Amino acid sequence: MRAQTVTIHRSRAFKDNARAALADDKLRASLRGAMDFLMDKRLAAFPDEEELAALRALGEGIRRRCLSRLPELLEQLEQQLAANGVRVHWAETPADANRIIHDIVEARRGKLVVKGKSMVSEEIELNHYLEARGVEAVESDMGEYIVQLAGEKPTHIIMPAIHKTKQDIALLFHERLPDTPYTEDVDELIQIGRRVLRRKYLDADVGLSGVNFAVAETGTLCLVENEGNGRMCTTVPDVHVAVTGIEKVVEKLEDVVPLYSLLTRSAIGQLITTYFNMISGPRKPGEKDGPREVHLVLLDNGRSQAYADEQLRKTLQCIRCGACMNHCPVYTRIGGHAYGTTYPGPIGEIISPHLLGLADTRDLPTASSLCGACAEVCPVRIPIPEMLMRLREESQRPAGEPVAHPLAGQGAAASAAERAAWTGWRLVNASPALYRLFGWTATRLRRLTPAKQPGWTQNHLPLTPAPKTLHELVREREAEKGRPA
Amino acid sequence: MSARDAILAKLSAAPRQALVRPDLAGHFQRFADRDGEIARLRRWAAAMRAAKTEILWTREADWDAALAGWLAAHPQPSLLLPDAPPGRRLARRLEGAENAPRLVCFDRELDGWKAELFDIAAGFTTVRCGIAATGTLVLWPDEAQPRTMSLVPPLHIALFDAAALYPDFYSAMRGERWADGMPTNALLISGPSKTADIQQTLAYGAHGPRELLVVALLPPHVDMAELEGEAR
Repeated sequence: MRAQTVTIHRSRAFKDNARAALADDKLRASLRGAMDFLMDKRLAAFPDEEELAALRALGEGIRRRCLSRLPELLEQLEQQLAANGVRVHWAETPADANRIIHDIVEARRGKLVVKGKSMVSEEIELNHYLEARGVEAVESDMGEYIVQLAGEKPTHIIMPAIHKTKQDIALLFHERLPDTPYTEDVDELIQIGRRVLRRKYLDADVGLSGVNFAVAETGTLCLVENEGNGRMCTTVPDVHVAVTGIEKVVEKLEDVVPLYSLLTRSAIGQLITTYFNMISGPRKPGEKDGPREVHLVLLDNGRSQAYADEQLRKTLQCIRCGACMNHCPVYTRIGGHAYGTTYPGPIGEIISPHLLGLADTRDLPTASSLCGACAEVCPVRIPIPEMLMRLREESQRPAGEPVAHPLAGQGAAASAAERAAWTGWRLVNASPALYRLFGWTATRLRRLTPAKQPGWTQNHLPLTPAPKTLHELVREREAEKGRPA
Repeated sequence: MSARDAILAKLSAAPRQALVRPDLAGHFQRFADRDGEIARLRRWAAAMRAAKTEILWTREADWDAALAGWLAAHPQPSLLLPDAPPGRRLARRLEGAENAPRLVCFDRELDGWKAELFDIAAGFTTVRCGIAATGTLVLWPDEAQPRTMSLVPPLHIALFDAAALYPDFYSAMRGERWADGMPTNALLISGPSKTADIQQTLAYGAHGPRELLVVALLPPHVDMAELEGEAR
């Protein structure tokens, strides 16, 4: 049976999505349990605070240094991969990347692509593109396979099906896979998936994967995984296509050691994953297996926009561990689907505006309480709240205002009323006379305060001025004590 | 302008500052494991066992006999062997043995017999080195021991010379100078295939091996009984 894939563009409807998610008790219970589990696991994986602090500083230093040399490292990577026999392709947009990948499949007259976990392939909506051209694209990561079978998108970058219970999955397999009895036994469910997917590895023309780290020094593509599906996809089919964002390059092979440790421990609290797969080329003469062709597709898709600005460039330090979403009070309550983007949670809020433009993601930078939990756990110390503030500013900045590095969709959330309100607020607070007048008027007319205040009274009592201003109260108190205020 | 040139032009035009390389060697020295050999072996074994791996402590002289005994107790219908000295030695040992599996040698390109490979019950490979801190085996597939041997059969049997045990990933990579020449594929393996994708419930055998057996060759000076007693 063909797995179905759907395309969902809903980031514009974030507020409606969030409202619906908040009303879904089952989803909230499921997310709460999963996030508590992941937070506890992460905490246990870093028992030594001194080592954690040093490792985070090292991880940040490596990522910042690699980004500071990004163009040179990309060229070195390309050169080294070519020397190893890997073909490198460059894509500015998702459409370019999809076309490149389809051309590779088409050159083999391929009909089946089996995919390891790849967030970039989600980002470019590759499955949809290939299926529209008669090529079946099957997700092989168990969680990704489950959400694909359900016609959904992943809700989390590490655990794509965390929003589903085993009962949901039992029913899904029973209904969608022929001759599959209903069972809630997790081992049996995994074995059902294994049987289906092993057939796919065998029959696939092309295997596709993402990349966790691309090493410029040796021309090595590193893949982190537990299931072995990544190894299957990159080993059994005759062609392997890897697709990654341009920011994933690291300078030296040894750079992957601390980053890998930070990644697995931050993501799922594991010291190490079952497999760390280092691919440096296709099958050589004399070797008896492995793909005959290996391709790497390097995707920009807005990353160079983030790169252009030294503050926003820190977004690209991300190693995709998902710890920020696990610890985010907003994500934990609404889940990944509400964001309507490939990357949900705090990292999604700061990267999606570059991938999709601020016009399509205008609400995402506001989907945060700015509590700072995301920055506190980020293994490479991305100051996420600082960047959320900056993106809020850019989304409010008038579209025509000249800036050094304009963002796509600048001013998408600009509102004349809000701007006027802030201008008024600034004026009042900059002039003592106006401030006194405003305070006096507001306190005396407090009974006229509207009972409904948009965005506030939904969950709170109305904000009402006190009967007297703070200055008046202080003056009265000092007068009682016989001192001039 | 090609996509390549356009992307590189945009990146090159961005303001950049020269940042120094962080001191990796200093970091890993600072947090290095100071364990002695025995403690390191115990640590490795405990971490591997925590990831559902079975360890068979043996010596160079009799590992094949020990493994034949294990296979007699855990019968396998078929066993994939490398076209290399350890594979040939094991094949000789298993000839005529009780409950011996059908032996298949990986001596031809995979393409002609993929489906057959997917029906084989067990695969036997050697290991390049180990990593104590994480309970890890490093595999370096080559012409004699292709990549799929440790991946496709549901049982992976790995022959590991425990003298090649490094304290951590960094010391293994540096100690063996990997950056000077990587193979087409190198692997770190830390247990059998697993997933927790269904309701955070851990299940083994997601796509690759369901079981991992390590036949660990101990150096002559290591007391096997002491090690075994404390590693469990």
